[in-house]
Amino acid sequence: MNAKQLFGIAVSVCLASVTFSAQAGSKDDKKLDAKTTEIIKRDFRDKGIAKADRVNQDELQAACSKYLDDVPDKLKGKLEAAQAKEIKWPADGKYMGDWKAGEKLAQSGRGMTWSDKPEDTPGGNCYNCHRLSAKEIAYGTIGPSLLNYGKKRGTKEEVQRSVYGHIYNAKAYNACANMPRFGHMGILTEAQIKDLVALLLDPESPVNPKDASAAAK
Amino acid sequence: MNTSRLTRMILVLALAASGAAQAADDSASDSDKIEAYREMISDGNPAEFDEMRGEELWKKPAGPKNASLEKCDLGKGAGVVKGAYAALPRYFKDTKKVQDLESRLLTCMTTLQGIPEADITAKPFASDKKPSDISSLATYVVGQSKGMKMAVSTKHPKEKEAYEIGKRIFNYRAGPYDFACSTCHATSDVRIRMQDLPNFNVKADAQSAYSSWPAYRVSQGLTRSFQWRLNDCFRQQRFPEPKFASEATVALTMYLAVSANGADYAGPGLKR
Ligand code: HEC
Ligand code: HEC
Repeated sequence: MNAKQLFGIAVSVCLASVTFSAQAGSKDDKKLDAKTTEIIKRDFRDKGIAKADRVNQDELQAACSKYLDDVPDKLKGKLEAAQAKEIKWPADGKYMGDWKAGEKLAQSGRGMTWSDKPEDTPGGNCYNCHRLSAKEIAYGTIGPSLLNYGKKRGTKEEVQRSVYGHIYNAKAYNACANMPRFGHMGILTEAQIKDLVALLLDPESPVNPKDASAAAK
Repeated sequence: MNTSRLTRMILVLALAASGAAQAADDSASDSDKIEAYREMISDGNPAEFDEMRGEELWKKPAGPKNASLEKCDLGKGAGVVKGAYAALPRYFKDTKKVQDLESRLLTCMTTLQGIPEADITAKPFASDKKPSDISSLATYVVGQSKGMKMAVSTKHPKEKEAYEIGKRIFNYRAGPYDFACSTCHATSDVRIRMQDLPNFNVKADAQSAYSSWPAYRVSQGLTRSFQWRLNDCFRQQRFPEPKFASEATVALTMYLAVSANGADYAGPGLKR
């Protein structure tokens, strides 16, 4: 037997085992899914403000977990529409607040862990995942860089509304995005979200630096 | 450990404490600092104090039954510590469960020594006020697998099942932030603020992350167990608290350990 034949056999053995496990999968998978849920509901307990019922999933969380963030298109569209419907838009039709307050919020990583006190108001955690102001170098990279965000997009009302919507509920735009739903989950208030919109869009904000070298980065 | 080495280590610890305070407001160079610190103590990790403490606890009769843990079976036979950690978690016939190191130590402390389980699980992690016996014991045990290849089995159906459940828990999104482990640990080369995040879907990342725990944490001045590591990540995940040594935590550990198979075990490690 030559190397090519050997390789052929190896490939078909692998393919056979893949189909086999995929077939065996579905029934076993359901059993394992059910057992996982049972274990999770049993093995967590209240601690501080983090109550045990936080492990209960809503429809969106369950779908993103099941499909490993890669939900089929039809379901994705359905989930996004359902999230979008629940966005509470500002009653006064204004989307921009104070960028200075927004910067403070963006810096704060506080919020909603069991070591946070009930009276601590959550921050935005934005720098945990995003680059924003050019001056802050300790930024995370789970989300895209938002430096120069307003300079690139301008401040037209539709842009303001889209940013407000993203911060309120990023899942209305991309069902399994790795960004928390700050408005939907009651983490940030309407006024706080407006301050963050201003941080991203206001021409005076450090997110939109005037000097060209920072802008180029 | 001889006295001069001990003195040097204490000196280094004092230095590190001042360095850690400084690092809090200058996080940009955390990884440089930790590298420099690693250099300084290249022939002694403060976790050695816990290893020594753990070894004493292992050998000393204690509990209502006044027994030592020298008959504890960590999977390689009664009393065998060498290499045990490199093959954990595993299925144990006597408990009919898959157990990680800490849940197995819990079994031994309750059955051999007669210590009530609740006494151990009430405060299973060390604080600056009080060391944790079970953490020190774990540090001792892992030290006896240093340099060995991680080889965690999924042959037993219960081991395979634990792995599969662990994988599901890893991807389980819930809570006010919709986070799962995978939110922070399933993409390569990303970080939170300045802290690099291992991607557990990538073998090399999983290996270096898993095989360096338990670890002495410079910022906390404490040796931390793997159960602690999971506990603190669930905190950051905005989840409620996982029960110590529960099936959920053991399954998750199984998933991570198998992902790290083939690594040379390098703990107890040293971390930020
Ligand atoms: C845990 C990580 C995380 C946190 C915290 C986070 N984001 Fe995001 N953000 C993301 C990710 C990931 C995306 C990309 C979303 C996608 O996949 O559709 C994103 C996208 C965005 C976008 C849309 C960008 C675009 O392409 O137009 C905006 C605006 C935004 N984030 C603002 C914020 C603000 C403001 C905060 C703080 C209140 C914040 N984010 C906190 C992860 C995060
Ligand atoms: C919100 C972010 C976040 C989530 C969710 C999260 N982690 Fe982490 N994880 C981190 C950070 C940040 C570090 C680095 C910690 C440090 O240096 O303090 C880390 C470190 C680790 C490490 C040690 C890596 C090393 O090389 O030392 C392990 C293991 C780990 N996480 C596992 C998990 C598991 C399992 C889960 C799910 C239960 C999880 N993490 C959920 C942020 C997270």
